Amino acid sequence: MSAPTTELTGRTADELARLLSAGEVAAADVTRAYLDRIAAEDGDLGAYLHVDPEAAQAQAAEVDSARAAGTGLGPLAGVPVALKDVVVTEGVPTTSGSRILEGWRPPYDATVAARLKAARTVLLGKTNMDEFAMGSSTENSAYRPTRNPWDPARIPGGSSGGSSAAVAGGLAPWAIGTDTGGSIRQPAALTGLVGHKPTYGSVSRYGLIAFSSSLDQAGPMARTVLDAAVLHEAIGGYDPCDSTSIDAPLPVLAESARRGATGDLSGVRIGVVRELGGEGHAEGYEPGVLARVAEAVALLEGLGAEVREVSCPAFDLALAAYYLIAPSEASSNLARFDGVRYGLRVGDDGERDLDEVMALTRERGFGPEVKRRIVLGTYALSSGYYEAYYGQAQKVRTLISHDFAEAFGSSAAGGPAGGGRDADGGTGGVDVLVSPTTPTVAFPLGARVDDPIAMYAADLCTLPASLAGVPAISVPCGLSDGLPVGLQIMAPALADDRCYRVAAALEAAQDDARGARFLDQLAARTGAEAR
Amino acid sequence: MSTLSRDELAHLARLARLAVTDEELDLFAGQLSVVLDAVARVGEAPVDDVAPTTHAVPMTNVTRPDVVRPSLPRDVVLAGAPAAEDDRFRVPRILGEEA
Repeated sequence: MSAPTTELTGRTADELARLLSAGEVAAADVTRAYLDRIAAEDGDLGAYLHVDPEAAQAQAAEVDSARAAGTGLGPLAGVPVALKDVVVTEGVPTTSGSRILEGWRPPYDATVAARLKAARTVLLGKTNMDEFAMGSSTENSAYRPTRNPWDPARIPGGSSGGSSAAVAGGLAPWAIGTDTGGSIRQPAALTGLVGHKPTYGSVSRYGLIAFSSSLDQAGPMARTVLDAAVLHEAIGGYDPCDSTSIDAPLPVLAESARRGATGDLSGVRIGVVRELGGEGHAEGYEPGVLARVAEAVALLEGLGAEVREVSCPAFDLALAAYYLIAPSEASSNLARFDGVRYGLRVGDDGERDLDEVMALTRERGFGPEVKRRIVLGTYALSSGYYEAYYGQAQKVRTLISHDFAEAFGSSAAGGPAGGGRDADGGTGGVDVLVSPTTPTVAFPLGARVDDPIAMYAADLCTLPASLAGVPAISVPCGLSDGLPVGLQIMAPALADDRCYRVAAALEAAQDDARGARFLDQLAARTGAEAR
Repeated sequence: MSTLSRDELAHLARLARLAVTDEELDLFAGQLSVVLDAVARVGEAPVDDVAPTTHAVPMTNVTRPDVVRPSLPRDVVLAGAPAAEDDRFRVPRILGEEA
């Protein structure tokens, strides 16, 4: 479906940033190249919900004028970016993929959006998503489906599927996604991107339309590990507007990616999680996915890493715990959509009272998956069931954190410490844990929409890190049936740099062996079709 | 097997201020019974001495200085409202006929 990428839209964001800073290309040209791609491709791809070409071109022109005037500009000035539509943007329509917010223009910027604006990046548009980030395929968008650039009959993952399709399809150099149970990592894996869910609390949630507040986290989706690290550094760090924000400096991320790309992992201890696709736990995992992951682990070992299997028994219960905790928090968070202060209002005829208008508004404004989760959360929090469901799920969450802490050889309070024990009673814990990012490659559109449990299973591998609040990255590790497979790399809280280092080492080794970047395979394929 | 009856579902929907249709009641009752069955697995966990985790980052009582700061301008906020009147949100009737 794609036309061959132009010179500019084939560049990584880091390359664009350098070319722009050096004055070798104009921001206006970069932005126009992307807007042209969007105009040509997005009718089919469905990656964006809102694009304002004039506004984007104006931002780019301002950067070019400032540079010409000799104004000091940051390193990312003029680089285009796309934002998932869950990120509120002042004056720019923001829907979270829902009809209940159709046409709403927020009166303020999310911190993530404000930081990218301050860095003088150019906002290309807002990307499609599952309604309120609830879903794994972007089919729950109230507006339209998004297609996978690798195969238009397949889903691009979700809930950040608009962002994944835009970046993989060459309609944005990089994008912001959000991840509650895997919504950055899973779509990144299914479209051949790098996607990182930061340590909970290390990127501000201020201005992200809340789904599950104890889990939601924004992060980068990019074509390379270095790009992801650079974008992460641009949005991360303490924010007093988010009371759960961690008041600590970010680890050095881009430098860790560069260091990793040199390919030396000697001394790095890697644990392969048995419960995520290992022996006795492979049901539901595609053999092609497990084969690519095993090859990636062997490659990491070849770079000097020590590899061993680690057991995390509580991970088996992550799906059950997540689908109680997230709907419970959602049922509470989504109470704010009441048709009073913003968004849709239905049935206000002067006769109906507030409760009726609220119920009609929510009936019309929410789609089926959002309603299912609100009802499920209401049930799990109701008296008589609270202890058996929500209370029990929170205790399982503790067990999952304990499994991570034990594997990392750190205290239960989190943080790298070393000197703990591992599953074999060996010396110390591991530095990172790895697993497949998803049990399968991208599935066909429509294949799971009527079966919530099958849809939820797409998050099987990403949920433990979400529940424990630890960082996790997905990096491409090959193709199965011609579709991308992702390796997930998880690290202790605040050690996001380890994810970038190991991911960059794998990426560099695979790029060397291939003689091309991972996404060049997609460009080559679509280029051949165009001919 | 946990099940949700149509009546239970209708009650939950009322609590959540959702005016679900008959078709949705039929569809959701079946689907949510399957989901409940799956999530009930949390009951298998050995959690006798385990404290619940409400939040991945341990922190309490995060406060900010109690100083007055400008808020969003009223007209900007009301511009997004479904209905406004006299610089305020206009809301549907909140009291019953007999009140």
